Amino acid sequence: MPPTDHTPANSSTPGAGTPAIEFKDVEKSFGPTTVLKDLNFTVAPGERVTLIGPSGSGKTTILRLVMTLEELTGGYIFVDGQPLTHEDRGGKRVELPKKRTREMTTRIGMVFQQFNLFPNMTVLENIIEAPVHVLGKSKAEATKEAKELLERVGLADKADAHPTRLSGGQQQRVAIARALAMNPEILLLDEVTSALDPELVGDVLGVLRDIAETTDITMLLVTHEMQFARDVSHRVMMFDGGQVLEEGPPDQIFNNPQHERTRKFLSSVL
Amino acid sequence: MNDNVSTLLNFLPQLWEGVQTTIILTVAGSIGAVLIALVLGLTMTSPSAWLRIPARIVVEFFRGTSLLVQLFWLFYVLPLLGVDFDPMACGVAALALNYGAYSAEVVRSSIKTVAPGQWEAAIALSLSPTRRMIRVIFPQAWALMIPSLATLLIQLLKGTAVVSFITLSDLTDKTEQLRQSTGDTMFAYSISLLIYFALAWLVQEFMNFLERRATKALGRRRPNSRTDRREAKRAARADAARQDRLKSHVAAGEGADRSKGPFPGQGGGL
Repeated sequence: MPPTDHTPANSSTPGAGTPAIEFKDVEKSFGPTTVLKDLNFTVAPGERVTLIGPSGSGKTTILRLVMTLEELTGGYIFVDGQPLTHEDRGGKRVELPKKRTREMTTRIGMVFQQFNLFPNMTVLENIIEAPVHVLGKSKAEATKEAKELLERVGLADKADAHPTRLSGGQQQRVAIARALAMNPEILLLDEVTSALDPELVGDVLGVLRDIAETTDITMLLVTHEMQFARDVSHRVMMFDGGQVLEEGPPDQIFNNPQHERTRKFLSSVL
Repeated sequence: MNDNVSTLLNFLPQLWEGVQTTIILTVAGSIGAVLIALVLGLTMTSPSAWLRIPARIVVEFFRGTSLLVQLFWLFYVLPLLGVDFDPMACGVAALALNYGAYSAEVVRSSIKTVAPGQWEAAIALSLSPTRRMIRVIFPQAWALMIPSLATLLIQLLKGTAVVSFITLSDLTDKTEQLRQSTGDTMFAYSISLLIYFALAWLVQEFMNFLERRATKALGRRRPNSRTDRREAKRAARADAARQDRLKSHVAAGEGADRSKGPFPGQGGGL
């Protein structure tokens, strides 16, 4: 059962200084449709921020922009103060070389709604692929760490299984272990329980709570699990139409929302 | 008829030579076609238009012109330009180019069919584009492309018959000789039909083998695969045996507890 206290599990206040993520005048459009416009916000290192809002409000797009899965059509994103995909050179917006962007994304991990494990690899191979081939770790070291991670997500006995033989909840826990194997500073969680059968949601959220309690990874999450969002996040941002409608500590947003729109949205999901 | 058979027996060594020519053309042509298909197909998925468009033009050119004309061009026109190939090289090149162009489209579309989530997971792990293709996308696309490639390779086998126009003595050419020496059109062409059919069957079996391997690597099976059928049979046998034993127990008045199942852990198949 999830704990019911409404303070974040790891309640040390996130540090000040250089933000882990900064959005500066971000604009994103798909063809003629503008999804995000003039979006500015920062996330402090170690902060856990939940994005809520009706579908189509741009929350998932924000995560996908940080992971460079979508092309940024305007503005800048900074990770640890360094530009992610574009930088300003004498007033001109210049795209960075792909290789540079890829070096930046090694600090960022993402877990998807549909798990997206590689079906042509075993569970262990899924986890060690990037540590070995991107970070240049030795296979032995990566395997040792992968096994520790599998232990942590409760799947130590599944190292040699094929992902297709696992349940959705197990697959999602492997996907979490795979993201953590890169030692990310930032973890993006995109509706990670939405594709799961209700009885499997608890295991996955349990693993995420454990990570929130025991690490200081910056987290940006989109979720419909409001209780979970309340328990683990330091801040909740309510989006509507590509804009931040309101933001604040979970208690404030959930108990005393300022906007009618937020109230309506919360009453429809709670 | 007896005359025909004795002529055929005398003719066997020659027929075998023809079959060998056909096999060499098929194998060498297939290898060439697959290599060309991989290069052109992968190039057609490139994000750079400078690579993609020329590859597309080459594919459309070789798909859009007839195999026979390509063959004549290689054999009769190139020597006029001072380039001389022996007939076998011309045959293999024409088959490889023509069927390679068709197969390139299969390679391209299979790569594009791999779930977008797989590409995204590979990007999220910061895998380089090469690594992403080799380790994640291609192994999955490969399983998708084999059935279409099998069809094209069988067509290639049958397409080898055109080389008899450029002085090569393949199976079709030898059949013609057999027809002339027996004077029995039906007999000669029926023999030829059977041999082509047997060769096509070998190609299909080989491709089935590759497909089984590829799908097994993805942790799934072809629909109604041999393994599936074998397991279904085993399950049915176990079930029948269980029913038999149950009956004999009942007959012996040994009141087996049916609700628990007489032999736990048996049968059930999948």
